[in-house]
Amino acid sequence: MDTIAFQGLIGLSLAMYLWLISAGLTIIFGVLRIVNFAHGSLFMVGAYLAFTFYGQLGLPFWLAILLSLLGTGLLGLVMERGFLRRIYGIDEAYQLLLTFGFILILDDAVKIIWGGVFRIPPIPAFLDGAWPVFGRPFPVYNTFILGVGLAVAVGLWALFEKTWWGRTVRATASDREMANAIGVNVPRVFSGVFVFGSMLAALGGALGIPVRVVAPGIGATMIIQAFIITVIGGLGNLKGAFVSSLIVGILSAYGTLFFPVFELFFIFVIMAVVLLVRPQGLFAR
Amino acid sequence: MSDLLTVSGLRKRFGEFTAINGVELTLPAGRLTAIIGPNGAGKTTLINLATGALTPDTGTIRFKGEAITHLATHDRVRKGLSRSFQIMNIFTRLTVLENVLLPVLARRGRTRVPFSRLEGEGEAVAEGERILREIGLQEHRDAPAGALSHGDQRLLELGIAVAPEPELCFLDEPSSGLTPVERATVLELVRRLARERQTTFVIVEHDMDVVFSLADWIVVMNRGQVLAEGTASQIRENRQVREVYLGEEVLA
Amino acid sequence: MPRRLAALLMVLVLVLFALPWLAGRYPLYLAMRILILSVFSLGFNLLFGYTGLLSFGQAGFYAVGAYGCAKILLAVPNLFLGLLGGVLAAGIAALLLGILSVRHTRIYIKMLTLAFGMMIFSIALKWRDFTGGDDGLVGIPRAPLEIPGLVSLSLATMERYYYVVLVVALLAIGAMYRLVRSPLGLTLQAIRDSESRAEFAGVPVQRYRLVSFTIAGLYAGVAGALLAPLEATITPPEAHWSTSAEPVLATLLGGAHIFGGPIVGAFLFFMIKDVIVRFTQYWLIWLGAIVVALVLGFRGGVASILFGRLLARRAARVR
Repeated sequence: MDTIAFQGLIGLSLAMYLWLISAGLTIIFGVLRIVNFAHGSLFMVGAYLAFTFYGQLGLPFWLAILLSLLGTGLLGLVMERGFLRRIYGIDEAYQLLLTFGFILILDDAVKIIWGGVFRIPPIPAFLDGAWPVFGRPFPVYNTFILGVGLAVAVGLWALFEKTWWGRTVRATASDREMANAIGVNVPRVFSGVFVFGSMLAALGGALGIPVRVVAPGIGATMIIQAFIITVIGGLGNLKGAFVSSLIVGILSAYGTLFFPVFELFFIFVIMAVVLLVRPQGLFAR
Repeated sequence: MSDLLTVSGLRKRFGEFTAINGVELTLPAGRLTAIIGPNGAGKTTLINLATGALTPDTGTIRFKGEAITHLATHDRVRKGLSRSFQIMNIFTRLTVLENVLLPVLARRGRTRVPFSRLEGEGEAVAEGERILREIGLQEHRDAPAGALSHGDQRLLELGIAVAPEPELCFLDEPSSGLTPVERATVLELVRRLARERQTTFVIVEHDMDVVFSLADWIVVMNRGQVLAEGTASQIRENRQVREVYLGEEVLA
Repeated sequence: MPRRLAALLMVLVLVLFALPWLAGRYPLYLAMRILILSVFSLGFNLLFGYTGLLSFGQAGFYAVGAYGCAKILLAVPNLFLGLLGGVLAAGIAALLLGILSVRHTRIYIKMLTLAFGMMIFSIALKWRDFTGGDDGLVGIPRAPLEIPGLVSLSLATMERYYYVVLVVALLAIGAMYRLVRSPLGLTLQAIRDSESRAEFAGVPVQRYRLVSFTIAGLYAGVAGALLAPLEATITPPEAHWSTSAEPVLATLLGGAHIFGGPIVGAFLFFMIKDVIVRFTQYWLIWLGAIVVALVLGFRGGVASILFGRLLARRAARVR
């Protein structure tokens, strides 16, 4: 019983990474109506940047993460302003193809700049160690991740419900012409949202560096899982994304425990079942 | 006159907004009906429900006596329902002929033929050309539909709507965005089609001139309900209707 | 079809048939890869250019075709059975996954197909007992083509296998040509232009999307099945989304709205890859840059550059 509960907690921590990347994807889609295929690559870039600042340059952990967010945010800005903006309004397939082109570029760029696979840098001292939960040592770092994930969830809720920027974004998301008519600078909102979403992805990547390998392929796996989560939760639905991340994270952890061979396949089966039963997603309005 | 479409107890909500709030309506064959009402009255939602683009929360829709409330759109088309769209909805990359050819092929069950040449569908092509002559676009037969002028595209919209030979055809603001000349052409076409094809048209319109010149019967909607029904003069004199339209000048 | 174009094509086909005498092993190999990618891309474009559905998971069916053919050939060395088996397996997979996917909006389909493609990849990777895991299936024989009573052809030489690939590819191309010019082809294109309008013309749109999806899967399966005996080894990356990208790129390069676009694109794809790979191992970044450039500026591909003026003139004549 304890093993099961413990594995559930492991799953929850995993879910937080998924949540961070799905949240960005969902927000970007909700406002810009673009499915950002390159979102996984932003996650990856976030991880690489954080690794460089923390693991190679030895900067303090929090600073490394901050710089990683800024760097990836800048990349997101370039992507949106320089490229995506030119093709708003044409067939959405081409927007997808463009983001797909970004994946190809970023994947190789990362290899060129940083080379191959890396070691894992040490966990920052104050987050190291483990404490007993359900009779087994549960890493403090995982608790930290859980905390960050929940903080982000609450923070996003507060942002979109209570702040002026959040409400402007929501207005733009639901009716961009109307928002334009009442004086909202829609292109700037778009850029802001894209940068914000990129930073969320980068946060997920950056937070993972002490415990996960930083390698060129990590973005690809994450984006697939992010897509599955989005499909299960309902596109554009932040609450749905959060709950689906929890579901996928926890079930994925159990899948590793009980069916190690078919781990990834397991998640697909869940998605297929959800699709058959409720095609629009569990939480679609 | 037999009743083509009967709607009863219809309700439809979108989240907190109730678009259709208990509609009872009967549309008999042969009578050209216009549905009017202010924005948000539920006119387009009603068409969407009747044609299967949406399903109601409660209520039933019957077509020629048969319940079609949950029937898929393409099945309703097979039974004799059809519509045109307010926002232009034609097959832009196909030629003008191909635009009207598709519904003809669908009606004849020929859409699934995978290998024979399209040109070989002689009967269907002939019928398509006939429709083009009816709507006056036969000289643009091989042009890509997206290249037509706005007015011609509206005519094509009509053509595609009547190509499946419907008994009941909803026209959603058929004159919107047209110049006066184009509008007259469209109206004349509707009149002629109603006469020659024995199609019952139901038109949603904002333009009162169009309504009064075309309709045998007018249904006024407001806030998701039918406010009043009647002939043109009856509606003109209905006090509630005049109030809703904020001023009697509009209906004078 | 204009007469000059028809004549040109006929010359091209003759050249293709004469290729083993005209060129050495490497160009022959390249030609086969181009033909295989052409078939793969035509199937993809039936979905994308003709039906309006973008699928990023076609490599899944490509791999099913390849693995299916390989498994059969490793057990029963008969190319005909191998090809048939691979294609059928791919078709069934496409039908099943299609049923799950086509009822959704276009946006969901893009994500779903990517996910399903990668699902097949992960199965290929993990199911060691059946697929050989990341080592894949090796030693796939270029088995003789045997149809009892009709044909018994040994395919020991590459030249002979080339002819198999050529004939199958030409048949597939011909069938697709007839398909897109048929009433079914028209229906799919109407669905691409306006699904709502197609519904109101009486077309059960979902059903036809499924038909298109299944055919695309079959074509991917043909391509994959032809690949297995050629490469003699099939590994999981054949199902990866980076492989799914190849028909996408070929179609984008050549032009999605002209029948021959994907074929031209397949040719260009290999030419470009060949050139880039001589200079750097990082050819994906160049590919990505080409995709970005195409999407921003040349969405109609090479075809639009060549035929663009012709199409514009047709449209202008109407006004």
